[in-house]
Amino acid sequence: MPIEFEAPKPITQAQFMLRTVGEEMIRPKSRYFDEHEHEIPWDYIEFMHMAMKSMGGSSLAPRENGNGKDGEDKPKRPPLGYQLIATQIESLAWGDLGFYHCLPGGGLGAAAIHAAGTAEQKEKFLARFMDDKPTFAAMCITEPGAGSDNSAIRTRAVLDEKTKEWVINGEKIFVTGGDKSFTEYEKLGKGFIVVWATIDPSAGRAGMRAFVVEGGTPGVRMVKLEHKLGIRCSDTAAISLVEARVPFQNILGSPTVEASTKGFKGAMATFDATRPLVAASGLGVARAALEFLKEKLAENGIQIRYGLPRQKLTSIERDVIDMEIMLKSAWLMVIKATWMADNKKPNALEASMSKVKGGDVCTKITQKVVEILGPLGYSREFLAEKWMRDARITDIYEGTGQINRLVVARQILGYSGSELR
Amino acid sequence: MYSFDPTEEQQMLIDAVNKYAVNDLRAAAHEAEEGRKLPNKLISKGWELGLLQASISEAYGGFGERSVVTGVLALEEMAFGDLAGTMAVLTPSLFAIPILTAGNEEQKQTYLSKLVEGEWRPYTAALIEFSFDFDPNALKTTATINADAYVLNGEKAYVPFAKDAEAILVYATLDGQTQGFLVPKNVPGLTISDEREKLMSLNALPIYRVKLDNVNVPLANRLGGVSGHDFDLILASMRVASAALAVGVANAAFEYSKNYAKEREAFGVKIAQKQAIAFMLAEMRTEIEAIRLLTWEAAWKLDNNREDAVNEAYLASTGAVDMVMMVTDRAVQILGGHGYIREHPVEMWMRNGRGFAMFTGLAIV
Repeated sequence: MPIEFEAPKPITQAQFMLRTVGEEMIRPKSRYFDEHEHEIPWDYIEFMHMAMKSMGGSSLAPRENGNGKDGEDKPKRPPLGYQLIATQIESLAWGDLGFYHCLPGGGLGAAAIHAAGTAEQKEKFLARFMDDKPTFAAMCITEPGAGSDNSAIRTRAVLDEKTKEWVINGEKIFVTGGDKSFTEYEKLGKGFIVVWATIDPSAGRAGMRAFVVEGGTPGVRMVKLEHKLGIRCSDTAAISLVEARVPFQNILGSPTVEASTKGFKGAMATFDATRPLVAASGLGVARAALEFLKEKLAENGIQIRYGLPRQKLTSIERDVIDMEIMLKSAWLMVIKATWMADNKKPNALEASMSKVKGGDVCTKITQKVVEILGPLGYSREFLAEKWMRDARITDIYEGTGQINRLVVARQILGYSGSELR
Repeated sequence: MYSFDPTEEQQMLIDAVNKYAVNDLRAAAHEAEEGRKLPNKLISKGWELGLLQASISEAYGGFGERSVVTGVLALEEMAFGDLAGTMAVLTPSLFAIPILTAGNEEQKQTYLSKLVEGEWRPYTAALIEFSFDFDPNALKTTATINADAYVLNGEKAYVPFAKDAEAILVYATLDGQTQGFLVPKNVPGLTISDEREKLMSLNALPIYRVKLDNVNVPLANRLGGVSGHDFDLILASMRVASAALAVGVANAAFEYSKNYAKEREAFGVKIAQKQAIAFMLAEMRTEIEAIRLLTWEAAWKLDNNREDAVNEAYLASTGAVDMVMMVTDRAVQILGGHGYIREHPVEMWMRNGRGFAMFTGLAIV
C-alpha cells in the first residue's frame, strides 16, 4: 500500500466513542481520584468491562489477527491491532491517565504471554478476560536493586523436582495494577501477575524467565501501595514472594538454561510492542493539556495566527505552534511504530524512538501549559497541574527516556549492549 | 488506513535520485560551494531524472501526474546529496508547478511543454523580499491595474538564475492578496542585479536581486488569468518542499557525523561508544523521523485536498526549521574541531540548516 495518512474507520470510531467516555465518565471524577489515592473507580471499571465485552474484546491486548473475530469468509483487511490500541489508549489518557491504567484487562501481564507464551498458555491464561467480572493482570520486573538494568534481577525461581513446581523468592516493586491483579476483590475476576525471575543467577540474562503467578497464590503478599506524584488512581504495588509455589507449566519460555538470552529477549520483545503504547498514553495527556490551553486562550480573545512567519508571532503563539508540531509528529511516530508491529516489521528502533519523543513531548507540553496559564495553571481548580504531574511518569516507566535513547543509539549505530553500555 | 511504504515506482525513483545525489551532487558539492559554481553537466544530469517532467501530464509535454508525496520523497533524497545543487536542478519547478496547479489553460499551453521538453532551462520565481519581517502573505511588492495591464513595483531577493531566466513568476500584493505574475525577460522596468547575492550558504546557486520599476504585464499574465488564483496552496507546496529539503540535509549531517563517531577514537574507544555522543545521535535521528512523518502527512493531505493541508504544511516547515538547525549543529559538535574545518561538509550543512528559516520560496513540489 502506498504512503497514506487516512485514519481507518475503527480508529475514528474509537476516538469518537472514547472521547464521550472521557468527557462524561472520566473527567468529572478525575480530581476526586487524584485526591483520594488508592480508591478504585468501580463504576468506570465495570462500565468499561461491559462495553468492551459487548464489542467482542476483553482488553486492549491485540487479537491474533488484529481484527477481532472476523469470519474466515470475510476479505482480509490489513491488521489494525496495535494502531487501534494506541488510539484507544491515547483517547482514554486524554480523559485521565490514571483511569486508563484502571482499564480492566491483561495489560502488560497479558502482553508478556502474547510475546513469549505457548499456544496452550495463551489459551489458559488469556481467556479469563472475557469472563463476566472485570479482570486484571500485571507485570513484575522492577526490584529495589534492579530498575532500568533489569538483568540485575535477583528474584529466584527454583524447580522443586518432587512436586514439579517452581518455588519463587524475591521482592518486586513498582508493579502497575499489582493490587487489582493479585488481591482478591469481590467485584473482580481472578487475575495474575507475571513475575520475572532468574532460574540460574550465574547465567545472567540467559537465566531470566517470566512466571505466571495466579492471584491469591500463598507466599505472595502485597507489601504496600506507593504514594505517587500523579496517576494516583493507578495502584503501584510492592510485592514480596516467599516460597511462592507455581505450577511447572507457568513458565514462559524454556525451563532450562541455554547459552542464549532468548528468554530475556522475550521480555524485551514485549517492550517493542508496548513502548509506543506508553508514548500514546502520554500524548493523550499532552493533547488534553494543549486543548485546554487553547480553550482558555480563546476565551480570553487570544487567537493563534497560523501561517505567519516566526518573527511576527507572539511568544504564546510560538509556544502553541511548537507544541502542536511536537504533538502531531510524536503521534505519527506512535502510529508508524504500531503500524510496523501490526505488519510484522521489526520495529525496535521506531518503538523506542516513539517513546523517546512521546516522553519528551508530554513532559514539555504539560509543563509549558501550566506555565502559560499562570495562576490558573498552577491551581487545583483546573486539571492542568494534575496533567503535568500525571504526564511525568511517561518518560520514566517502561524504559526511561535515557534507556530508550540507549536502545535507539544501539540500533542506529549497530552496537550491541557491550559495545555501547 | 495508515501506511508508510513508498510504492515500487516511488522506491525506484528514490534509488535513482539517491544515486545521483551521492555520486554526483555530493561529490561536486565542496568544489561548487567554494568555487561558487555548479557545472552545467551536473544540473543537466539531475534534470534528466525527470522529477518535474513526471509531474506534468502528457497533454502538456510531460509523462506523469503531480504527486506531492512523490516529490517529497525525491527532494529528501536529493538534498541528502547537496542543497544548492538540488535547488538548481529544480528551479524550473518554481515556475512550472504554480502554472500546473493554478494556471489557466492558456498559460499551461504556452509554458509547460516549452519548459519540460528538452534541456533544463532557466525559468524561475521571485517570492522573497529583503526585509526582516518578510511575510509571503504580506508582500511589499505591489501589483495594480492600469487599463489593460498589471503594473508591478518592488524589489525581490534570492531569485535563482534570474540573470538568465526566460521568464520569472513574480509574486506581488494585489488587493491585499498575494498573486503571481508571469514576467518575461527584458521587459522595461525589470532590472536584475549585476552581482550575485552572497548568503551564508548556497554559494553555488546563482541568485540575484530583482527590481521591478513600473513593470507592465498584460492582464493575461496573472497566474490563473484575470480571476487570479489561491496562493495558499502554492505556499503550502513551497513549505512542504522546504521541509523535505530540510529532512534531506539533516539526514546528510546525521549520517556523516554518525559514521565519523564510529571511526574516531578517544580514551581508547570510538566516541560513538560514549553516551554523550550516542545520545546526541539518538535524538538527531528521532527528531528527523518526527519531522519527516509530519512532512509526509502534509504532503499526503495536499495530494488529497484535505482542508487542513495548508496548516499542516505550515507546521511541518516550521518544525523542520528547528529540527534541521539542531541536527546540523550537533553534527558539527560531534566532529569537534574537524567539524569547523571546511574540508568536512558538516559546517556547510549547518549553514544550510540555518537558512531554512528563510528558504520558503526557493523550492516547490
